[in-house]
Amino acid sequence: MPSVATLPKSGAAGAQTAADAGILVVDGIVKQFDTPEGPLVAVDRVSLSVRPGEFLAVIGPSGCGKSTLFNVIGGLIDRYQGAVTVGGETVRGPHPAIGMVFQEESTFPWRTVIENVAFPLEIAGIARKERLEKAKRFIALVGLNGFENRYPAELSGGMRQRVAIARTLASEPKILLMDEPFASLDEQTRLLLGDKVLQIQQDLQQTTLLITHNITEAVQLADRILVMTYRPGRVKRMVEIDLPRPRSSDVVSSEAFGRYVAEIWSDLREEATRGMQDEESRTLHAGAAS
Amino acid sequence: MNAAALTRSRIFPLALGLGALAAAILAVEALIRIGVINRFIVPLPSQIALAFERVIVEEDIAGRFRLTLFEAFTAGAMITVVGVSVGLLLFRINILRQATETWVAALASAPTVLMYPLFLVIFGRSAWTIIMMGFVAGVPPVILKTIEGLTGTRRVLINVGKSFNLTGPQLFAKILFPAALPTIFVGIRLGLIFTLINVVGVEFLINFGGLGQLINDLAERYDLPGTYAAISFVILVSVCFFVLTEWIERWLRPVD
Ligand SMILES: Nc1ncnc2c1ncn2[C@@H]1O[C@H](COP(=O)(O)OP(=O)(O)OP(=O)(O)O)[C@@H](O)[C@H]1O
Ligand SMILES: [Mg+2]
Repeated sequence: MPSVATLPKSGAAGAQTAADAGILVVDGIVKQFDTPEGPLVAVDRVSLSVRPGEFLAVIGPSGCGKSTLFNVIGGLIDRYQGAVTVGGETVRGPHPAIGMVFQEESTFPWRTVIENVAFPLEIAGIARKERLEKAKRFIALVGLNGFENRYPAELSGGMRQRVAIARTLASEPKILLMDEPFASLDEQTRLLLGDKVLQIQQDLQQTTLLITHNITEAVQLADRILVMTYRPGRVKRMVEIDLPRPRSSDVVSSEAFGRYVAEIWSDLREEATRGMQDEESRTLHAGAAS
Repeated sequence: MNAAALTRSRIFPLALGLGALAAAILAVEALIRIGVINRFIVPLPSQIALAFERVIVEEDIAGRFRLTLFEAFTAGAMITVVGVSVGLLLFRINILRQATETWVAALASAPTVLMYPLFLVIFGRSAWTIIMMGFVAGVPPVILKTIEGLTGTRRVLINVGKSFNLTGPQLFAKILFPAALPTIFVGIRLGLIFTLINVVGVEFLINFGGLGQLINDLAERYDLPGTYAAISFVILVSVCFFVLTEWIERWLRPVD
């Protein structure tokens, strides 16, 4: 990760309005897919600036373009309008400072847990002994000690997702994009793992973007929450979460926490309702046509 | 022992398979003896068993077995190397693939064995004619399955590689190839079947070399028990190959 030290840290920590203060700046992204039913605007004029070390949660109804936005930022999709810059440098293709955890199952089935987690270190050319030791630490971090030599097929869905998280964390990216990493975990594991990820994020001052459907999780972890609209995916609102850090789990019971949750829920309900109606009318039309 | 325990034990399925084979052989023996099957067309299994010794001692079976194995192995190595390379090339160069994939598929189902006179002219009455015929018959499935395996690699796995900034060759060696390997091996197994059939078939046709020629000889002498005994050795060659590919696959990519 060469650019970690060289990334500019200029600007006041709180100034999200000045574009140059953002380690990651997304400027007017429009992404359109060609589908059999015609063009589909998945992401529409999304702009945001993420401060160094910030934890930004992204929340929005299913199909609103969250994953697509991440793929644009991660340099995995081309042919979009707008620009993404990392530390002032325009992104063309995957940027070495960005690490991603994907929504779909993404472990390598032909590698054991430890070989999966050590993968980015292997690519970085780190000696075998050293990378396996390091991988072990990250495996312990996600609570999978004892499973080092198992293959993904021998693990549960939630365990595989934790392997994928550990693999990305092992590369120690300056900017971490996580697409619903905790979706297939039970509530307790989700909380524990969320705490751990938050702790690493705070320790390493990692800039983190997290897609989630869980409002409580978003409020608990994030400095800001980006609420997106249903199709086309636009920025509906950016909510600054002004809760003290470090946040323990009892922050959940505070009055301010409840207010944030209620506020975001009402935004989201509006969009989700619109989404459901849209889906319903579409299936009705499809039914009438056939 | 209940059914589940039986399925789990390693010996039982093997024993069941061998037992079924033995039972089938006994049934054939019985059917011939009571006259349901004509004994001048199908020899008695017990006679075939007795013929083994004669075939082994008098017909230089070891040498023929080695020759057929060598021809099949050479052709098998060629279909693997050439098939995987061509598959890769076609996968990388889309236009080439669109232009040729149908032809390769057509070749896969064509009775290439009929081209043996042409190969005789080119390579003479030698082991190379046989090897090349085996190669031509076995290479299409390897090409097709290589393309299928590479194209079928899950998008997200490629994205993982890209997000870790893998170079093109790294992406291929560390992700595309291992992901495609099981499918590629299906192609190789399929190709080996065609190769072996053609190797033995052409040996038979051009009356040259190993087990195929022996089968031809024995059949012409109307030594039916001997013919069937020789066929058993062909089956042995095929068993050798399947064990070998399984080993290689496990070594390249342990379990799934
Ligand atoms: N490669 C593609 N081709 C065509 N349409 C696509 C493609 N990828 C995504 N889309 C469409 O773009 C829209 C946004 O998809 P996206 O995966 O970004 O949603 P999402 O917000 O991540 O949803 P979820 O919360 O369910 O994961 C969807 O309507 C989807 O059908
Ligand atoms: Mg998504």
